[in-house]
Amino acid sequence: MHQIELRNIALEYASTENHVTALQDVSFSVEASEFLCVVGQSGCGKTTMLNIVAGFLKPTKGEILIGGKAVTGKGLDRGVVFQDFAQLFPWRTAQRNVEFGLEMKGISKEERAEIALRFLKLVNLEKFARSYPHELSGGMQQRVAIARALAYNPAVLLMDEPFAALDALTREEMQRFLVDVWRETKKTVIYVTHNVAEAVYLADRIIVFSPHPGTVKAQVKIALPRPRDTLSVEFLNYQKEVVYHIVERK
Amino acid sequence: MNRSRTRAALGALCSVGLACLIWEGFARSGLFAPALAPSLTLIVSALGRMVLSGAMLWHALYTLYRVLFGFVLASAVGVFIGILMGRFRRVERFFVPLVSVLMPIPSLAWVPVFILWFGLGNAATIALVFYAATFPAIFNTWTGVRSVNRLWIRSAEAMGADERALFQKVVLPGSLPFVIAGLRQAFARAWIAVVGGEMIAATNWGLGWVIFDSKEFLNTDVMMASLAVIGIIGFTFERLIFQTIEQRTVSRWGMVKTVRG
Amino acid sequence: MRRALIPFVEAVLPFVVVGILWQAFALLGPFPPRLFPGVETIFSTFVRLVAKGILPIHALSTLLRLILAFSLAGLLGVALGIIMGRYRWAEDFFLPLTSIGNPIPGLAYAPLFVLWFGLGNLPAVLLVAFAAAFPIVLNTWTGVKAVKEIWIRAAQAMGAQDRQLFWKVVLPGALPYVLTGLRLGLARAWRVLVAVEMLTSVRLGLGWLIFGAREFLNTDVMLAGIAVIGLVGFLLEKLVFQKLEQLTLVRWGMMEA
Ligand SMILES: Nc1ncnc2c1ncn2[C@@H]1O[C@H](COP(=O)(O)OP(=O)(O)OP(=O)(O)O)[C@@H](O)[C@H]1O
Ligand SMILES: [Mg+2]
Repeated sequence: MHQIELRNIALEYASTENHVTALQDVSFSVEASEFLCVVGQSGCGKTTMLNIVAGFLKPTKGEILIGGKAVTGKGLDRGVVFQDFAQLFPWRTAQRNVEFGLEMKGISKEERAEIALRFLKLVNLEKFARSYPHELSGGMQQRVAIARALAYNPAVLLMDEPFAALDALTREEMQRFLVDVWRETKKTVIYVTHNVAEAVYLADRIIVFSPHPGTVKAQVKIALPRPRDTLSVEFLNYQKEVVYHIVERK
Repeated sequence: MNRSRTRAALGALCSVGLACLIWEGFARSGLFAPALAPSLTLIVSALGRMVLSGAMLWHALYTLYRVLFGFVLASAVGVFIGILMGRFRRVERFFVPLVSVLMPIPSLAWVPVFILWFGLGNAATIALVFYAATFPAIFNTWTGVRSVNRLWIRSAEAMGADERALFQKVVLPGSLPFVIAGLRQAFARAWIAVVGGEMIAATNWGLGWVIFDSKEFLNTDVMMASLAVIGIIGFTFERLIFQTIEQRTVSRWGMVKTVRG
Repeated sequence: MRRALIPFVEAVLPFVVVGILWQAFALLGPFPPRLFPGVETIFSTFVRLVAKGILPIHALSTLLRLILAFSLAGLLGVALGIIMGRYRWAEDFFLPLTSIGNPIPGLAYAPLFVLWFGLGNLPAVLLVAFAAAFPIVLNTWTGVKAVKEIWIRAAQAMGAQDRQLFWKVVLPGALPYVLTGLRLGLARAWRVLVAVEMLTSVRLGLGWLIFGAREFLNTDVMLAGIAVIGLVGFLLEKLVFQKLEQLTLVRWGMMEA
């Protein structure tokens, strides 16, 4: 059984002026503990797809199965990390941000604090538990967001270009770090990006989207051992292959 | 931080002192009759006399009672309506036209009407303060609720927040900068309304009434003393209360920068 | 056709509801009709006063006073704000005074101004200008201070002299704040003016019209006057404030980019 399965998903944005078919007939599946990356040109529907899986948008057609069961809305089985730093609540300290999901579950105060601190430690921020988001750098804020999404223990982690707004050095560090966290927590990850090198570095498997309307165009399995050497010939060949799928005409 | 604060306070003291000196020279130059331009000694002694006799305390208490009564009522009603407007389209559609027509009417235009309806005294002044303070509270709360970041709502929903938790833990704190700004503006309006209202509609007590009453007897010194008290109370609320609330909450969270000056 | 009707109905509905409530209260409430006239009485008084030219002339005098006072406040306020922003001594002296004076209701000075300048137009205009000047001064000062040092350095490096620096860098840089200050100043002038007219016994003016009607318990005249005040305020809001706001917002956008 697949952990996540999308069956013939379609979505139309209907504004008063025009209809945009953002997704058409999208089907793919993700295995438990798999790291799946989704790449594609800007505007090809990656964010839309992720928002559907997260339950923020309802598909016009098709269905989504998680653990074999059809789901229609939001659920605590899926954690979400957005691209924007502004996703953290500015009125809560780092620790209280991480505690939010636990609070919703009704977990006691002491236990909450303990779990939150554990996850802050996982992202190397235990010293900053009492800092407010605006007192942290961009990379630190994204790490708090990751800790927050992990803390209430969802089986699936959905990430929409979480490191796109970071500088190159920090981004590389965060990628290494994300692989470590993923190996430690064994989450199923869907990770959206338009950076091909990043996808090849992170993924077990890459799905390439093509635009207008957004559909799955190709799948590439990355059979490289971790940690991956970004300058090796094999790595560069994978990169070439994915880029080729992206730019190729229909 | 602390040093620059003391320096700013010292500087303010110097400039106020200098302004007082200039006034003193002007008052003693004999260009105007002392009844029109009383010297500082006269003003200070009038203030001292009124404080010692307890009259000033009573005037101030009356004014504070009226302004706080109206302001608290207006804040409760205004924030409540503002939140409903921000959350429900129907409520919004109903209130927006009303608010946009009533808000530009200066509250003091209602004084004569309120006097006829409520008589001279407390009720008319409190009604006036209420009218003045409600609209800024409504308007800012509404804006605040609408401008709560979509990402916060999505994140909270993803973490399992229901309608109630969403409202208490995200919408309310997220719109707080606007709500505080609204209450601050509401208080400033209320303070103007209470002084103006007392001038026209009060009987025997209140800082506005003292000023207006002393005009009859050319008691310019009493007038100026009351003006000083009005300034001090207004300044206290603005600086000590609202600014402290803001510093403890929204600027601590980095949601607004506090402007000094 | 039906589509065009819906927004119209939506905009009118709240007023119909309030009108019905008002009417019910006028008929059933504790007040005699003299004190709480029905909608139809207010409306007919309004029409009568407009037809006789009474409301227009009062409204016109109020507007004239507003323009005069606001121009005065704008000229002096912007000038003082710029001087404060450019010269240290002016800032040291005036900033504490304006900060302390700002939260004092301008209206509280009304009796003082009447003593000094007598009754009538002069104290009214001066007082309104005085009250409106505070936000203008403070915002202009903030604007001049907010002009970035690198712009000034860059202009100086390109050979700008003091005068050019002022006209071509400082003033445009501070403009969004100045416009904000003017908007706040105009709003404040409008709110104070009506009350000032009551206190300084000007001959013509909406404030005086309302206040004078009190003597004869003409509540309908008062409410008709308030309706005009609301209308003028609403138009000011739509035609002036929102334009100014758009202007400032656009400017802010440019500065952010
Ligand atoms: N709220 C919306 N209303 C209407 N159309 C939308 C909306 N959001 C997205 N679209 C359209 O749907 C298509 C897919 O958008 P989406 O945001 O999913 O792209 P994306 O692959 O995430 O792009 P990027 O890499 O730039 O983030 C685009 O053509 C866009 O114009
Ligand atoms: Mg996207």
